[in-house]
Amino acid sequence: MSLQATTSQTVGPYLHIGLSWLITENLAPKGVPGERMLIRGRVLDGDGRPVNDALVEIWQANAAGKYAHPRDPQAKPLAEGFRGFGRSATNQDGAFRFRTIKPGPVPGPGGKLQAPHIAVNVFMRGQLKQLVSRIYFPGEAANAKDPVLALVAADRRPTLVAKAVKPGMLEWNVILQGKGETVFFDC
Amino acid sequence: MKQAKAAPQMEVTGYRRPFPGTQPGYLFPTYAATVKRAPTQPLVILPHTLSELTGPVFGHDEVLPGDHDLTRQHKGAPIGERIIVSGRVLDQNARPVPHTLVEIWQANSAGRYPHKVDQHDAPMDPNFTGAGRCLTDAEGRYRFVTIRPGEYPWGNHYNAWRPAHIHFSLFGPAFATRLVTQMYFPGDPLLAYDPMYNCVPDERARQRLISTLDWESTMPQIALGYRFDIILRGAEETPMQTKR
Repeated sequence: MSLQATTSQTVGPYLHIGLSWLITENLAPKGVPGERMLIRGRVLDGDGRPVNDALVEIWQANAAGKYAHPRDPQAKPLAEGFRGFGRSATNQDGAFRFRTIKPGPVPGPGGKLQAPHIAVNVFMRGQLKQLVSRIYFPGEAANAKDPVLALVAADRRPTLVAKAVKPGMLEWNVILQGKGETVFFDC
Repeated sequence: MKQAKAAPQMEVTGYRRPFPGTQPGYLFPTYAATVKRAPTQPLVILPHTLSELTGPVFGHDEVLPGDHDLTRQHKGAPIGERIIVSGRVLDQNARPVPHTLVEIWQANSAGRYPHKVDQHDAPMDPNFTGAGRCLTDAEGRYRFVTIRPGEYPWGNHYNAWRPAHIHFSLFGPAFATRLVTQMYFPGDPLLAYDPMYNCVPDERARQRLISTLDWESTMPQIALGYRFDIILRGAEETPMQTKR
């Protein structure tokens, strides 16, 4: 027997009223081990205009590649004070930002390691359900063998890989339509 | 002491994909804002890995005991019809989803949000913010005390008015179970004209977004009860390979 899942509906334009209390743009307070970085980006619509009412949520493993979740069976250490969840609301420029640490690799299909990545949900008015994407890291040799990136047409893969802006700062944008359209997943 | 017979260890291998017609797509031109915001390229089907099978865990220290009562967040009582909104959060396998975060937000009884984008000329209520949250209990139950939200006009088409609704945000146990939805009220004549409510072809799926009048949760002389059960995606499970 299987029940049917509740139908998704848009967050609408007033999402901040209910969701701002949990804004978490700094995932890794002092003392959390790992390579620290700022990931910033913008959400742009089909006319290239900033989306100023989007909510970006991220979910990631710690630097050891361990999720702070009871279902992660790996014998790897948890990092105290690190949940791995971030939530940022875009501003007038469509910009969001997260201060976090680079996650370690986690297992993928068949036990093969995936390249380090961050899972992303994007919510906004004009979307009846969230968009799902991933942030990968530049200059990462493991990207070439990542089982999920391998599912994506080679010419579109770069949309999933953040760009290095300067040391400790990455840029990853959400392009909803057109040239450079971000790869979104059917999760 | 008697040893309880151990249930077979189940391993979650992925989450069920939606039944056809029960979940919206992205491009839905009758909801005009989707036109410039829907992806134009086909989605890539994502296998559910450990990244999708896990998700953030929230604790009782983050949600305060009064956060479920939207009628007691200010000095006075908000204007409007007091209601209880409650229900259960289950997964598709009919198992309760315990200790999961539920966030809600809604308009006041006049159909106005305290938000800079909302310019509808209806009165603000200084005693109503319209935000609440709670964690489900061990049986997946949640309960909010609030006031019935008002309908309000929006710019989607001529005479577009949103039916009365409450926004819900839920996490469930995994990244893949994240759900944002809206709850509606029974008998609302605006539902037939609402592009959001009508975003899926399956009529029964739409009707499950409508709460039901609930005498069980109604508080006599105080507040009418509405019941809204939420079904999150269920896991596909296989018996765990145990090494001996």
